[in-house]
Amino acid sequence: MNHWAFVTAAYAVTVIGAGGLAVLSWRAMRRAEAMAEALGKKP
Amino acid sequence: MTRPMDSPRKPRYPSPVPILHALANPTRFLKIARPLTPILFWTGLALAVFGGWAGLTLTPPDYLQKETVRILYIHVPSAWLGMGGWTGLAIASFCYLIWRHPLANVAARAMAPAGALFAALCLITGSIWGRPAWGTWWEWDGRLTSMLLLFFVYIAYIALARADAERGGDGRVPALFGVAGSVLLPIIHYSVIWWNTLHQGESVVSGKIDRTMLWPLIFTVLGFTLFYAGVVLMRMRAALALQKVEARMKRMAAR
Repeated sequence: MNHWAFVTAAYAVTVIGAGGLAVLSWRAMRRAEAMAEALGKKP
Repeated sequence: MTRPMDSPRKPRYPSPVPILHALANPTRFLKIARPLTPILFWTGLALAVFGGWAGLTLTPPDYLQKETVRILYIHVPSAWLGMGGWTGLAIASFCYLIWRHPLANVAARAMAPAGALFAALCLITGSIWGRPAWGTWWEWDGRLTSMLLLFFVYIAYIALARADAERGGDGRVPALFGVAGSVLLPIIHYSVIWWNTLHQGESVVSGKIDRTMLWPLIFTVLGFTLFYAGVVLMRMRAALALQKVEARMKRMAAR
């Protein structure tokens, strides 16, 4: 049994999951703060 | 009697946690959260990447589990954050129920998706580790089943909090659920002691793990924790900005 295949799979799942969460959270923050800023500038 | 808009309202009773009350002002909180978000996120990412790399390349394989022991460096931090995430959520929910700080409610809701993800990562990496170590992907034993239950409780909280927000609720029901759900935490922790499980007993804090294999784990646990804190701050900032947009839109519609 090749143990490295299991190690690689576990690390890949973690990178994809944590990376996806970070990207989605960052995009949501940027979009919401841009909207708030744009509305704040309106007279 | 009037007061300036930015001045925080004084609590009616003497507070045992003055720092929490000081942070409960969103303006003050954002002043700290804006510079802190990238610091926590990038420091956490750097520590996690270094710890993961060190765990893959600089530590010896285990005499029994061989190379698969390297899954430890991502599995343990994921388990820690799955449980630590709910601890944070329960504390924030408790603060919301007692002191009615809206920021505590925002914090609890921001912690839930991140905690759910790490609980899921703990289950998936544990399952991948279990196949070569135990010869099975899954076993309905105390530790695995209680962790799976925690993941379902996270999903239930997310659904409940969303439904409560859509129906204009005050957030008390999700907060009660957040506090009640913490009953699972000691069950998960002591499951390997209370029941005869396939999952190994605690080996990190008790010092059973060899030092040559332990040190990268310190980097990944610290790194994952800071990464989690950075992501939670991002989600809190997003929620606060959306609240601001909603309030502004309501004011504009009322004109």
